[in-house]
Amino acid sequence: MKKNISFILNGELTEVEIEPHLTLLQVLRDKLEMMGTKEGCGMGECGACTVLINGKAINSCILPAMEVDGKSVTTIEGLIDIHGNLHPIQKAFIEYGAIQCGFCTPGMVLSAKALLDEKPNPSEEEIRDSIAGNLCRCTGYLQIIQAIKAASGLL
Amino acid sequence: MKKFDYLKPKTLEETLTLLNKYGEKAKLIAGGTDVIVMIKQKKMSPEVLISLQDVPGLDRIEFNESLKIGPMVTHRTIEKSKIIRRQFSALSDAVDVLGSVQIRNVATIGGNICTAAPSADTASPLLALEAHVRLKSLREERTLPLDQFFTGPGETALERDEILTEILIPKPLPHTGSAYWKHQRRQALDLPILGVAVLLSLDKSTVTCSDILCTASPISTILHSLEGDEVVCKEVRIALGVAAPTPMRATKAENLLRGKKISDELLEEVAEMAAKESQPRDTIRGEAWYRRDMIRVLVKRVAMRCIERVLRPEEMIFPTRLW
Repeated sequence: MKKNISFILNGELTEVEIEPHLTLLQVLRDKLEMMGTKEGCGMGECGACTVLINGKAINSCILPAMEVDGKSVTTIEGLIDIHGNLHPIQKAFIEYGAIQCGFCTPGMVLSAKALLDEKPNPSEEEIRDSIAGNLCRCTGYLQIIQAIKAASGLL
Repeated sequence: MKKFDYLKPKTLEETLTLLNKYGEKAKLIAGGTDVIVMIKQKKMSPEVLISLQDVPGLDRIEFNESLKIGPMVTHRTIEKSKIIRRQFSALSDAVDVLGSVQIRNVATIGGNICTAAPSADTASPLLALEAHVRLKSLREERTLPLDQFFTGPGETALERDEILTEILIPKPLPHTGSAYWKHQRRQALDLPILGVAVLLSLDKSTVTCSDILCTASPISTILHSLEGDEVVCKEVRIALGVAAPTPMRATKAENLLRGKKISDELLEEVAEMAAKESQPRDTIRGEAWYRRDMIRVLVKRVAMRCIERVLRPEEMIFPTRLW
């Protein structure tokens, strides 16, 4: 009883046959081999699996893949531009040392992108709120907040 | 995760027909932030999930004589609704502190109500706002006051073949303020130890001493200075989350205050009564005695925030302090 879904993945129309109980995270990693999106808790608490759907940050580990049919999905792989350059938020993360082990980074960057696309000049409180659902076990939050602030000036 | 089929009906009629067909084997899914987690935790194992995502008309907010919120409206949409923030502030307070942005972008108010956790953040504000719910099946359509909807932890008055189709909130009286306070250990992504929602309607929206509300004075000092103005409470509703097996109204406490002049002593009594009529239990997040103590403290403070919202609607739409 497999089903077909089609959606825009990082700008490209993608069609895939899936078992209907799979989460978006499982489809991204196991079917489409897009390994940038991470699984942390698997319960919607840690935000490592954050991707953007129609520009909004969501936890892909608890989203049924069937729900992205007809929608647009952006993963960390989609942030690089056509010339292979990193996105300004990614550059800021590197510059400010906002990456330690790197496991939370794709989710952090995407939460930051969702925020800055909607609000190009957020307050620190808004930055903190936007990443409240992204846990960093290395606890390097200050650098992450600084990086997002710096990136907000560049976009 | 256990396998299931996933159906996406395109109309309400089709949804109700599927619900009838699959009965016990099916589970409705809205945002899925509870349902998928519960399936992963093996707390439920439906053979079929019926998604409401493609059913038109369930994701609207309308405001005419009353406020109508579709069950598929996300918490994020409510968070951004100016009408709700201004006139139904308790609900805004609740969605501001519910989950994370990622959860609020997906999770719906209908889902929060139908999961019926005693800790559901939107439940006590909706009770204080005297919300009604409209339920529909192929057999009938009925409307219930929300306090009759919650029947136990995780249990509701929904029949197997019924769907929540609308949440209705009456327009508040003039000079009304409402507020919700989530008592929690962390500032985000936590469940409440206690949720306190209060709605107060006053007989006036100005007092001679309103400046005192901006001071850092103790709450009793502020209340004493209000007493000269004879501020009368025309309507009051107090609702508590995690204070009983279901979200509850503290009606005895409300009766003490309704129609009376607001004073420090009276609010003390009201908060005391709310603590008495609550039935909290010991849980991992807090013990019953502690919850009762906090009800005593917070009912009064949340009531003060309501008064502040009536008297200073512009400045205090986003207050950050609770005295």
